This record gives sequence, C-alpha cells and structure tokens, in this order.
Amino acid sequence: MTTASPVRWLARRLLLAVLVVFGSATAAFLAMELTPGDPVRTLLGTTPQTAEATERIRHDLGFDRPLLVRYGLFLGRLVTGDLGTSYQLQEPVRSLVTGQLWSTVTLALAAFTLALAGALVLAVLTAGGRRLPRRIAGFFDLLTISAPAFWIGVLLLTVFSFRLRLFPAAGGTGLSGLVLPAVTLALSMVGTLSQVLREAMERSLEEPFALSAKARGTGLLGLRLRHALRHGLIPLVTLSGWTLGALLSGAVVIETVFSRPGLGRVLATAITSRDLPVVTGVVVVSAAAFALITVAVDALYRIIDPRLREVGT
Amino acid sequence: MANTDATARRRLLTVEDLRVAFPTRHGTTDAVRGVSLTVDAGECLAVVGESGSGKSVTARALLGLAGPGARVRAGRMSLHDPDLDLTEVRGRGWRDVRGRRIGLVLQDALTSLDPLRTVGAEVAEALRNHRVVPRSRLAERSLSLLEEARVPEPGLRARQYPHQLSGGLRQRALIATALAAAPPLLIADEPTTALDVTVQARILDLLAARKEAGTGVLLISHDLSVVARLADRIAVMRHGEIVEEGPAARLLHAPSHPYTRRLLEAAARHTGHTSASGGRDLAAAADEAGAGAAERPVLEVSGVGKSFTGPDGRARPAVRDVSFTLHAGETLGIVGESGSGKTTSAQLALGLLAPDTGSVRLLGQPWSQRPERERRPLRRRIQLVQQDPLGSFDPRYTVERIIGEALPPSGGAPGRGSARERRARLVELLTLVGLEEEMLDRRPRQMSGGQRQRVAVARALAPGPDVIVCDEPVSALDVSVQAQILDLFADLRRRLGVALLFISHDLGVVHHISDRVLVMRDGEVVESGAVGDVFRRPAHPYTRELLAALPRSSPPPAEALAAAGTTAGPTAHAGETAAPVARTAHAVGPATALVAPAARAGDGPADAAGSTADVAEGPASAVDRPAATP
Repeated sequence: MTTASPVRWLARRLLLAVLVVFGSATAAFLAMELTPGDPVRTLLGTTPQTAEATERIRHDLGFDRPLLVRYGLFLGRLVTGDLGTSYQLQEPVRSLVTGQLWSTVTLALAAFTLALAGALVLAVLTAGGRRLPRRIAGFFDLLTISAPAFWIGVLLLTVFSFRLRLFPAAGGTGLSGLVLPAVTLALSMVGTLSQVLREAMERSLEEPFALSAKARGTGLLGLRLRHALRHGLIPLVTLSGWTLGALLSGAVVIETVFSRPGLGRVLATAITSRDLPVVTGVVVVSAAAFALITVAVDALYRIIDPRLREVGT
Repeated sequence: MANTDATARRRLLTVEDLRVAFPTRHGTTDAVRGVSLTVDAGECLAVVGESGSGKSVTARALLGLAGPGARVRAGRMSLHDPDLDLTEVRGRGWRDVRGRRIGLVLQDALTSLDPLRTVGAEVAEALRNHRVVPRSRLAERSLSLLEEARVPEPGLRARQYPHQLSGGLRQRALIATALAAAPPLLIADEPTTALDVTVQARILDLLAARKEAGTGVLLISHDLSVVARLADRIAVMRHGEIVEEGPAARLLHAPSHPYTRRLLEAAARHTGHTSASGGRDLAAAADEAGAGAAERPVLEVSGVGKSFTGPDGRARPAVRDVSFTLHAGETLGIVGESGSGKTTSAQLALGLLAPDTGSVRLLGQPWSQRPERERRPLRRRIQLVQQDPLGSFDPRYTVERIIGEALPPSGGAPGRGSARERRARLVELLTLVGLEEEMLDRRPRQMSGGQRQRVAVARALAPGPDVIVCDEPVSALDVSVQAQILDLFADLRRRLGVALLFISHDLGVVHHISDRVLVMRDGEVVESGAVGDVFRRPAHPYTRELLAALPRSSPPPAEALAAAGTTAGPTAHAGETAAPVARTAHAVGPATALVAPAARAGDGPADAAGSTADVAEGPASAVDRPAATP
C-alpha cells in the first residue's frame, strides 16, 4: 500500500516520452527515405541543371552517404534542435516551425478552454437532472458533433464578419482575429466533451456512494459538484488529451477557412510540395506535444483518482 | 432506570399501509404492498427477507429514495417529536430529513463511500449539509465522529481514501457519516453482509452501543443469525408484505408462519446446525464414499508456497508451506477470512498458478511441475465452480452452449447422431443438478442466482472430473438457496463419488458439507482435522475466535423448528432451551449473544441426528441414551 514516489514516476514517464519522440522522428526519417523520387531533384525544382551540378549539390547535402550515416547525422542534428532546412523556402525548419507554433498554440488553447468550459457547464447543469434540460443539452451536443467544422466556420464568418462586421474575416492579429476560429473549433469539440462527461457523471450518480450521499442530505448540485464531477473527469481528461494533441498538431481546415497562419497550414503546404524536412519537423514537434500531453494526462489521473497512485507503474 | 424506560417508549417512526410501485413496460410492479411498522427510541426493529422481498425499498421509501419513478403511497408515514408527515415532504424538503432525522447505512462501504474522496471529507459533508457545526470546526468534529464510531487513529483515517481502509473500518466510517448530524433513527441496510464474521460481530456491537444510547435502529437483513444479535422485534417480509412480526425471541423460537420457519431452517444450516435430513445425507454420503474408493488420494498438495510482488517491490507470501491430501469422494473444507490464502491455494491446486516451493500431484501424477501442454489431458479431471456464475459465464451464451463447451469432444465425426447424443448428455447433466430441459435455451440473465449456480455445477461436471474445486460457491446466494445448493453438492458427492475442495469464509457452510477442514490464516494452515473435532474442540486460538464470532440465532432453530412443527406452540422442551436466549436477545443486548464456543459445540452436526431425536422424543430420551448427550 505504499505510494510510489511521484518524482520517480514522473522521471520514468518523461524518459518514455523522449523515446516516443525519437521513435516518431525515426519513422519520419524512414518515410522520407522510402518516398519515391529523388530529393535533390525535388529540391532543384524545375530549374534545368547539369548532371554535374546536381551531383555536387547531392554531395553537399550529404545524400551520397550511406543510410546509417545519414540517420546518425539526422539524430545528431535533432538532439541539438536542428530540424534541417526546407527545400522550398531555403529556411531552417526550426525557425519556420517556431514562427508558426505560437499562432497554433494560442488557437488550440483558446478553443480548448472554451470547449472545456462549455462542456463543464452543460454537463454539470444537466447530469442526472430533469428530462427537458437534458434533452435540450443532448440535442445541442448532437448538433455540434454532426455539423462539420468548416461549415460552422463559414456560417460564423457570414454572420459575424460579413454582416455584423464584428470580427475580421481573414488573418487578423490579436484577440479579435482569434475569436471566430477559436469559437468554431470549440463548437466542434464541445458536444463530444459534454456527452462524455455527462455520461460518466450519470453512471457515478447511480453508484451506491451517491445514494449514501443523498441519504445524508446532499442536494443534486452538491452531488454533481462534489461527487459525480470528479468521477466524470477521468474520461474527460482522456478525451481532452487526445483533442488537445490533435489541435496542437495543427487545425488545418480551420486555419484554411480563416486564412490563419499555423502548423496545420505549414504541414499541408509542405506535403503538397513534397518539402520533406518540413514534414519531418512538424511530425517531430507534434509527437513531442502528444508525448508531453500524455504524461500530463497520466499525472492528472493520479491526482483525480487516489487508487492509481498505488499501482506499480 | 425510569429515565431509560421513558426514552425506550418514545416513538420515532410510524408507518401504516405503505405501498411502493414501480412502473414497468407491462404495467406496474408492486414492490411493497401495505407494510406497517413502528420504531421506538432505543429499540431495534429488524426487517428480514430474501432479495426482492421489498425490504430495502421499504427502508429507502422512508428517505424518499425509493428510486426513479417509484410511486410511494402510505396511509401514514410520519416521524415524531417534532412531528413530520413524510407523505407531505417534496423535493428539497427531503434534504432536511436525510441525515438529520434518519441516517442510512448501506452494505459494503467500498462502494458506498465515494472512492475519490477522503473518509474525512465524507463525514464532513454530512455536517456541512445540516450546518451542524461552524465551518472552522468541521475537521475537528469529523474526527470525534470517527472516534465515536470506534475508528482507531481517526486523524490518520480521515486523510485516507476508502480503498486504503479494511472492510470493517470502512463500514465504521460509513456509520460515522450516517450519524454525523445525530439522527434519532438509523436505518442499516445489510450493514454486515460483505464482511468477515469477526468484523461482522464488531460492527453489530457498534450498532448495539448506538441502540443503548437511545438511537432507534431499523435493521434490514436477509440473515436471521445477524438479526438475532441486535433485534428487539423482527418483521419477516415476503413479496412486499410483512408475513409475521413479533418480539425477536418469540419469532426465532416459535415462528408461526411457514416462510419464517423456512428462513430459520436455512439460517440453521448456514450457521452450522445441520438439519436432521442434511445430517443423515452427509453421514450416508461419507459412509458410501468411505466404503467405495477409500483412501485413494486424488489431489496431494505438499508444502506449497507462493509469493506475490507488492507495489513496493517486496515479495509478500500469499501461501506458506501448505499441505493437504484430498481423497476420492471426500470433501475437504478450507476456511479463513479474506486474505488468508484460500483462493491462492485453490489456484495452486488447479494448476493455474505455479508454486514457488513444494509440489502438487493430481491422481498420483505430477501436476504442478509440468508444462501446460502436458497437463492438458488431465485438466478435465479437475474442475472449478466459482462464486459468481454471472461473472464466469458469457452473458450471450445459452445454457446449452455454456455446458456444451465443457463437454469432452466426442470420439466420432460430428454427425447428426453425435449431436443427438450431446443433447442427451446435456439433459442428463441438467437433471443431475435438478434443472429442467427447458433451461438449455436460457441465457445467464434469465436465470435466478440458484439456477445459475446449478448450471455452473453442471458445467463443472460435464467433463467427468474426479475433483471439483469450489471457491465460495454459495457466498453470493440467499440463505435458503444456499441450503439447496449445499444439498446438491452433498447429493452429487454421494451419487458420483466426486471429491470436493470446498473453500469458504463461512464456517457454517464449511461445517455443513465437509468431512475434514483446514483453517487458514495469513497464508498458513493453523489447524486441520475432522470437521467435528475442529468445530467442537478448536485447538488454535484463531479457530476459537472465528467460531465465537459466528453470529447465531441460538439455540439451534432446527430444534425449535421441530418443536414448533409438531405442536401449535412451543413444547416444554423447546421452551426450556429458548428461555435463556430470549433473555439474551431481548434484554441484555447482542454482546452477550456471543455464546462460548465450547457450549455451542455440542450442537455440532456430528451430534445433530442425536440431538434432534432428543427434541422430538422429549427429555426422557436423553436419559435413555446418556452417551449421546455431551
């Protein structure tokens, strides 16, 4: 029954997270190798070159070395934080990614916070309660889940920026430019989050401990906040981790609809133009984000459920 | 004394003609049909019945917690002093009743306390709901409540979570939450059902102390032997109605309703007092088995030990140096509380776990030290019956498929003939366990607990085993069903000569069925021997403690039953035996209902045939056969 040391636990999980990042970097590297086509040709684009010049560039970039050597060099650069150079933009991938990262992180966090707050309010006010409010909330959930994000985005744009001219239609800096894309993204997630939370809360409201709490005079709201919410948090945190991870790797559709900069657009452009170093770079950054979020989610489990603190792993 | 009499007479609750109905797809189901009862301060009324009798719904209706959609009507349902008509209470009004006027304690505090909150927070919640003390004194008051509920080290326990406490401590903490706002009436719904016997006794003592202090207790239980320790009056419920009600002593010794008699009979077997027929069955079985395949060991366990690695990386021995031999046609009981290593022993015997030390032999062949591939041909010779058949069956399978899966593959090609043979064999197996052929198409959820366990037994019998390991096979069943399943085991043993390794935490059950018994504690066998010897003359202090903690509806109700069955009222003889206990249960309180094991042991099943005969023939026979009287 001894509680495993939290510091040791965290150290172990972080080590595993680093391994995950290296694993995905390797997978991205191999994918780049296996992709048909000559990277040097792609790099040179349509500009006509002599065979000699092509070979010189190939040598300069190290493409004539054996696979293992190149893999070693790639890992070496990765450790120092060097993600290579973009074929198309002739710019270090690192600065390209970090330049876009801020925009993505703001959008992701803003949208996620909105969605989470909405889901908490919807679920806490309706879980195990009267039928009509539950029906209405359930209908709202279903509506937001089924409506495609780009459609909601276009709708919001039409109303709030073309008609009411409250928010900019494209780009936009600062807060005013963030509102519409964040709301759109949040709307696409809020239904799922609130459904999962409500279901878990209602399941826990049927357990004997909820009956015990009622029997000592706890009201429904107290029951939801003090007992059921905590039980509902476990599946909510699981889903949130996945959602946030996906958001951080770039919300391509939304960034396109609202013409926002961001990792999603960088990735989409890089894929269409076969800019493999950029693709690898974004993959590594997304993997790192996912790995960190997973550790955070597992740490939250331990805070929410004391029983998990006593399991060996 | 005048003072206590006054409190004893103060009425707390009056219920007249309570009816609870639940809407279903086909009209409504009446769960409670016209129940009337009263509870006074300092008094315990026990409502006894089997699952589905409506006893829990009755209790919950008093708190407005009968369940979603429940329609509760009553001629009268009021609390007194100050008077409150419970039929008039709506919505939020219930919150002042719950916890403040009536406290509720449920079964199994592991699920009845919120697993994600500390024990202290749960106690404090009740205080906060009713604003018993100012916020600043919440923590302090919680601690003193835990202390009153006899939780040792309340400061530490308040900071712990339910899963970190033992079952007994959890139940005490739950009682503390129910008593936090000092309700004059406490409803305890099966408060000891999930607990080991020694712990059960302490929880009942705690409730008794509250009763002495003036709290009215409404005790709900399926177990008459538990009720006998605490109740002043008993109401027996069946199909939503009270079939019999009266002072505990009269009801236990001279029941007038046949259903009460059946419950008493079941409780008697349950606590180890074998009824006349059961005793004879067993004796006959032992004789036949002894005459037939005597002394052929089918399972030999020698010096096995097994450790598991705990979360801190240290090895914890679950079983240490356990040895026993099971002979053909014999029943060996293993008793012990949870954590004593019973189930690990069973898994070692089944070859599901490999022992760290020692060895197991099955049918004279090495069993534990062989790879599974070599064990497979022998597997069908040793089978398992588990506690919860619902959990050990695939819910989508029909009975035909459940049992059919365990049938050994027939030698010939699977043609139509063999299909017919299989069906015949299935029906034969069902008949053997007392089920009809129609059962073959049922699924687990469409059967009662007893029927499911019969199917589990049929499945275990299907491959034609020499040994059946029964791991708590009746613990999840109602007492009267328990008795039927135990009879089934005795019957099968006699007819098929199969050896049983019978594991239970329940001494009564083990007593009833076993020839020999092992008592386990902390992974070790502390005592073993013939069942009569161990129960009559326990050598180890732990065995004595276990026996003493056994809640009993003493004296052996089987005897009172025999008496009540032959005459209208209690005979002189039954009256004699009943008298001292009537006092015990009624006035002195449950602490003294603990009868010294030495005195109890005389009632053991070895003497059952003799002592029952005594009752039937009257005291004179005791003089005729002095050897039979201990």
